[in-house]
Amino acid sequence: MITYGALANPLVGALTGPLMGSLNPFVGFAHMVDHPFLRSAFVAGSCIALAAGLVGYVVVLRGQVFTGDALSHVAFTGALAALAFGIDLRVGLYGACIVFALLMAALGSRANADDTVIGTVFAWILGLGALFLSIFTTARSGSGGAGGNAGVNVLFGTILGLSPGQALTDAVVALCVTGAFIVIGRPLLFASLDQAVAGARGVPVRTLGYAFFVLLGITAGVATQAVGALLLLGLLAAPAGASQLLTARPFVALWLSAGIAVVSMWAGLTLAYLAPTIPPSFGILAVATGVYLVAVLVTRCWQWRMQRRPAPMTRSSKPTRSSKPTRPSGPTDASRTGGLGAT
Amino acid sequence: MTMATDGFVWNLGDDVHQMFSLHFMVNAFRAGSIVAVLAGAVGWFMVLRRQSFAGHTLAVVSFPGAAAAIWLGVSATAGYFGASIVAALVIAMVPRSSSGRAHSQESAVIGTVQAFALACGALFVSLYGGFLYSLTGLLFGTFLGISNGQVLTLGLVAVGVLAVLGVLARPLFFATVDADVAAARRVPVRALSVIFLILLGCAAAEVSQITGALLVFSLLVMPAAAAQQITARPAMSLIITVILALVITWLSLGVAYFSVYPVGFYVSTFGFAMYVVAATGRLAVNRFHARLSGDAPLPHHVTVSAR
Repeated sequence: MITYGALANPLVGALTGPLMGSLNPFVGFAHMVDHPFLRSAFVAGSCIALAAGLVGYVVVLRGQVFTGDALSHVAFTGALAALAFGIDLRVGLYGACIVFALLMAALGSRANADDTVIGTVFAWILGLGALFLSIFTTARSGSGGAGGNAGVNVLFGTILGLSPGQALTDAVVALCVTGAFIVIGRPLLFASLDQAVAGARGVPVRTLGYAFFVLLGITAGVATQAVGALLLLGLLAAPAGASQLLTARPFVALWLSAGIAVVSMWAGLTLAYLAPTIPPSFGILAVATGVYLVAVLVTRCWQWRMQRRPAPMTRSSKPTRSSKPTRPSGPTDASRTGGLGAT
Repeated sequence: MTMATDGFVWNLGDDVHQMFSLHFMVNAFRAGSIVAVLAGAVGWFMVLRRQSFAGHTLAVVSFPGAAAAIWLGVSATAGYFGASIVAALVIAMVPRSSSGRAHSQESAVIGTVQAFALACGALFVSLYGGFLYSLTGLLFGTFLGISNGQVLTLGLVAVGVLAVLGVLARPLFFATVDADVAAARRVPVRALSVIFLILLGCAAAEVSQITGALLVFSLLVMPAAAAQQITARPAMSLIITVILALVITWLSLGVAYFSVYPVGFYVSTFGFAMYVVAATGRLAVNRFHARLSGDAPLPHHVTVSAR
């Protein structure tokens, strides 16, 4: 069973003067890493962010952010169901995420954002989550607010409440996801960019789809413990969206997305350390959203400069960067990046 | 929930009498009915326009709005409406697209906005400090402690939204079913879309005060989805939607009063049950027709579809 911290950052009580060493950044950093729970948070957080950045890029590339949204609701219900029935939270969390991810994989490309059926189903699943939360809360009502805290922690994350053992497990799980993703990365990107051509060239598109969704489910499970069920969507979507704006080359964008996610994680944790009233999840997402905004601004400026320059050839009336020929042909691009993702 | 009066007895008349002897329950039913009519009408258009992801985001945004309002000491109602309307305007700025890279970028924007809004909610809750019980209420709904003033506000906003929707209903329907032809006939498609998003924001803000920010979908989407399974005729399915929404809300409030579980759970469960019944019924009818005609299934289910 996991010991839950409060929603507010546990540093509030633990530190007398968090800004003590802040004049010298190195001393400040040493201070920060002195705290065992921050060390755990950094280890687990970096690995989780790496996995989420990689997987999230493919989620955005396939236009299936809605699936991530649905998954986050399912993650909440799974975790709370496990708590209500008195099993380990992770069993429910991973179980629910993987089963639901497989369902979404079976639906395939029909699982797009405006599907009323999927919306109806996941709204009901979330309603079940509310029921389990309430069962758990009333069952525990003797022992203070533990029940309410558990629900809040699943929703908004407990990265600073991880014990070293849990942090290690999470890190290993996230690294396994990363490893598996790197193995299937090349054909997966090919299949995501152009399913028909990839299928014609003998890439096992369906199998890859299932494998990808299982990885997504595991990532959702592990990220729920870090940033919370409601916010994992941001960790999947924001770095990927930013990197997609900044470069059109799939492999570069893939690793850029992972990099942005990891940096957001570090910056967010540091923010939470410097200002203890800020929940770490907010810090992480605020940085990720900030990077996304910067990417939008940079792209806009770049477009603006391109527009002012006399156009070398006739283009469509709105030469937006995002609407230029979208599909760099898979094989060429993969060979250009020198099989970066292949092992 | 512990009641001053007796619990559930197997006498419906007594139960209802007991329930309505409490002022807060009367208010809950008033508020619930207002919200159900509004959610049914707006939700019907939302499902028709295929904007349920936008509706979901608008609803989720009402959570940080309410949390910020409570933190600042303003009334939560103001927070609900303010945040939802601002978010509606933001979403209206993002152009809609349905395919290719622009689509994947659009979904990334919506996902980021949604997650960031929720993170802001967490921040405001943390800044306010420890009101976890009412946090569950914000997220999953509560029907306790709705004041007369709140009912009045809900009613006024609902009347306003429904009036605007009534005036715009015909052009909006036209623009939804065939945007190109509507634009050619000088219907202001873009302006209609922006106005509708604002109406949707208001509706989402109202619904989230009953079902909680996370379960708004259950009252906005489910009745409309069920009604569109039952009939393809626009006016008829709109009426059925409103009736279903009312039935779901009344049933949920009634059952929630006698149980310990949150009202949002019942709203989503009854809504989902109705949808399942409607979908199964339609399937059965289709089968029956197919067997009657003896060959391939008829193209029976012709819902009004929009691009």
